[in-house]
Amino acid sequence: MNDTTTLSRRDFIHVGAAAGGGLALGFTLPVAGDGTAAAQAGAGTELNAWLVVGTDDTVTIRVHRSEMGQGSSTAIPQLVAEELECDWSKVRMEFASVMRHIRENKVYVSFATGGSRAIRDSQLYVRKAGATAREMLKAAAAQQWGVAASECKTEKGFVVHAASGRKAGYGALAAAAAKMAPPADVKFKPDSAWTIAGTSPPRFDVPSKVDGSAIYGMDVKVPGMVHAAIKQSPVFGGKVKSFDEAKVKSMPGVLAVVQLPDASAVAVVAERFWQAKTAMDALPIVWDEGENAKVSQATILDRLKKGLDEPGVKVRHDGDFDGAFAKAARKVEAEYFAPYLDHACMEPMNCTAHVTAEGVEVWAPTQNIEGALAAAAEAAGVGPEKVKAHLTLLGGGFGRRGRQDYVTQAVHVAKAVAGKPVKLIWTREEDIQHGSYRPISMGRLQAGFDAHGNLAAYAHKVCGQSIFAYLLPQNIRDGWDQSSMDGTYNQAYKMPNCKFDYVMRNAHVPVGFWRSVGSSQNAFITESFMDELAHAAGKDPVEFRRGLLDNKSWLNVLNMAAEKGNWGKPLPKGSGRGIAINACFGSITAHVAEVTVNARGRLKVDRVVVVLDSGHAVHPDNIAAQNEGGVAYALTAMLYGEITVKDGRVEQSNFDNYQSILIDQMPKVESYLSLTQGDWWGGVGEPSMAPLMAAVCNAIFAATGKRIRSLPLKDQDIRSV
Amino acid sequence: MIDLKVNGTVHKVDAAPDTPLLWVLRDNLGLTGTKYGCGIAQCGACTVHIDGTPTRSCSVPVSAVGAGTIVTIEGLSPDKSHAVQKAWIAEQVPQCGFCQSGQIMAAVALLEKTPKPTDADIDAAMTNICRCGTYQRIRVAIHRAAGTKA
Repeated sequence: MNDTTTLSRRDFIHVGAAAGGGLALGFTLPVAGDGTAAAQAGAGTELNAWLVVGTDDTVTIRVHRSEMGQGSSTAIPQLVAEELECDWSKVRMEFASVMRHIRENKVYVSFATGGSRAIRDSQLYVRKAGATAREMLKAAAAQQWGVAASECKTEKGFVVHAASGRKAGYGALAAAAAKMAPPADVKFKPDSAWTIAGTSPPRFDVPSKVDGSAIYGMDVKVPGMVHAAIKQSPVFGGKVKSFDEAKVKSMPGVLAVVQLPDASAVAVVAERFWQAKTAMDALPIVWDEGENAKVSQATILDRLKKGLDEPGVKVRHDGDFDGAFAKAARKVEAEYFAPYLDHACMEPMNCTAHVTAEGVEVWAPTQNIEGALAAAAEAAGVGPEKVKAHLTLLGGGFGRRGRQDYVTQAVHVAKAVAGKPVKLIWTREEDIQHGSYRPISMGRLQAGFDAHGNLAAYAHKVCGQSIFAYLLPQNIRDGWDQSSMDGTYNQAYKMPNCKFDYVMRNAHVPVGFWRSVGSSQNAFITESFMDELAHAAGKDPVEFRRGLLDNKSWLNVLNMAAEKGNWGKPLPKGSGRGIAINACFGSITAHVAEVTVNARGRLKVDRVVVVLDSGHAVHPDNIAAQNEGGVAYALTAMLYGEITVKDGRVEQSNFDNYQSILIDQMPKVESYLSLTQGDWWGGVGEPSMAPLMAAVCNAIFAATGKRIRSLPLKDQDIRSV
Repeated sequence: MIDLKVNGTVHKVDAAPDTPLLWVLRDNLGLTGTKYGCGIAQCGACTVHIDGTPTRSCSVPVSAVGAGTIVTIEGLSPDKSHAVQKAWIAEQVPQCGFCQSGQIMAAVALLEKTPKPTDADIDAAMTNICRCGTYQRIRVAIHRAAGTKA
């Protein structure tokens, strides 16, 4: 069969750089091996952990961040190649080895791919790797030629000594360069001198994604592999009481029925996945659902509503809100709601694990292969040095795949059929009902204008579930969760008298990081309320925001959005324009949305302008792609996204009741960059979507007079008032 | 044993008759380019052609295929040279890429039936979910492959 992912080949993962917009050549599959593939596969010399120079002048650059479509597996090599002065057509990429990272004192710093950090947190050390190697190549050439290194230059894969007209390719110099001492200090090029970074070469991963050859976790093939399906307690926290193995044991292909050690789930192992799933569906399981079975949406909502009346924990108090609000000539108050959301990655959670006497090997589509390695070690009860962890491509991440629950499960199942590699695949139903949900949240906002119409008092109290309390309790400081408050207290608006408070109300529903995290709720809430305030003050929403800003980067983004979004230009009746702006994950984003609402209340988002200030832009076309995708992701959530709880379990189960927009609902998206540059490097994937929901809801208000304070929109009447 | 004609080759497949075609392609034949996304014909990640018709293989029992000719993403071209594949690369359509096999198979079927599609034709034919939100580029790439204006 077309089995290209065999054990013998999986370490050989060269990816051909596409030249000049043509087809990429020589692409096989990007599954991380043990990180020495480039050195093993052909003659080549490693100049540091990040790169190998081949005798054929190719440069293989190692990428430590997962690739889930965000494009950093091309952008990171661009940054290295820029400083190394490569010929881009000779650049290859491979994923870095987490085993080597463990062996060599965290040589790749971090594999965590979240928080829009892949570039901004890596840029310094990956550029340093490229610049260091460049200086070593220059030193080697200078030594060979008997000239000063300072007289040598590098360009497009060559070291050049202009005075004597000598020139040598990197491939010929690499072995000697490896013996040179790496310089302690290196200088980086300014963006204005970039020729590789700042351009948009075809992405390395794209060609494999048009012919079915890309290998996601679900596609891993290991000789002798069997398959597993799983059923987790429908009620979060419930335990297996009993199951009737005899009912399924003789079904075709069934090999084992495995209860997980914490009794949270039962898995069926079979020769093939469909056999495992069929037996899983047929297996009678009795659950001890516990107290959580009494919790429903109304219970959770009631606790949140009551929480809004609690004083909460102080997050930021400036000036005298209470005094200013009491004296206000005009007051505006509103409450907002944002529901639980699921990530619904296209590829359901899965992991392949192989437990042997020597240790454990896993293949995982994860946003943190180091975390996967640790989870596998813990589940297998072995030290990290006994684990081999291979990163595959990810069929979506959006924050969900930062967790390793599927890795832990796969290893436990593999332990029960020791010796056989097991691929565990969650059904879509398991995936949606056992998510790492965007927390439910409410906001109460109060603002007061003085007699001159100035915003004199502003308060925002957040009441919702805490991600940190569930996943990272050590990150809670002074009783509040920064991830719940992001997008409220830390925006650039000038507010002399303000207070931001937090009330934590946790439920039994597992929560986690969902693309743009706190700003996924708070940008909607803050920026919708800003629109309310502008209208209350009788001011244009752009003008109103300008009046509250003196941050130059924010003003640049806002002004560019207004200009590109044709702000102020007339629209036909039934149409409206809305604007919103937010800063999160290091970047500032503004959206201008144009919508049309017909007489029956049907919404069409016609056009969205996105302006992003991420400080720098390594691959502008990929940033545009993230902006386009962010609009779709946020629009889906705004229109349809809602996870609700009944009898302790999630009511939604698949794409029929957890809907997504399709191509006919995709607005025309235009992307623009407003780059501050300097030392500031911001993220892209998350910030670029954060204000979209507010921009669209503000546009709906402009079109109809209907103010949206609760999401999703799907069952709301937005006909013109 | 069931005879199955896939990408020009007849395979003898050992699978229960009610096994969805998707899982026979993936597990029996190793053709993992066709993806599992939902299992209920909602998302389209499993789209293949059966006698030229785009079909959600997760919801077709293998026994129902009969003598039908199946084409999967792997069978579209040996070298990414199909006009739709070339357009997908030129427009840098995929992000995570997990839905793209299905998107491409749906687009190929659309263009075979409607060589010069309008935006409305694209809206009607392209009902596959992309959670990354590559819809704008999918539209442009279809127009590029068709030689029509986006």
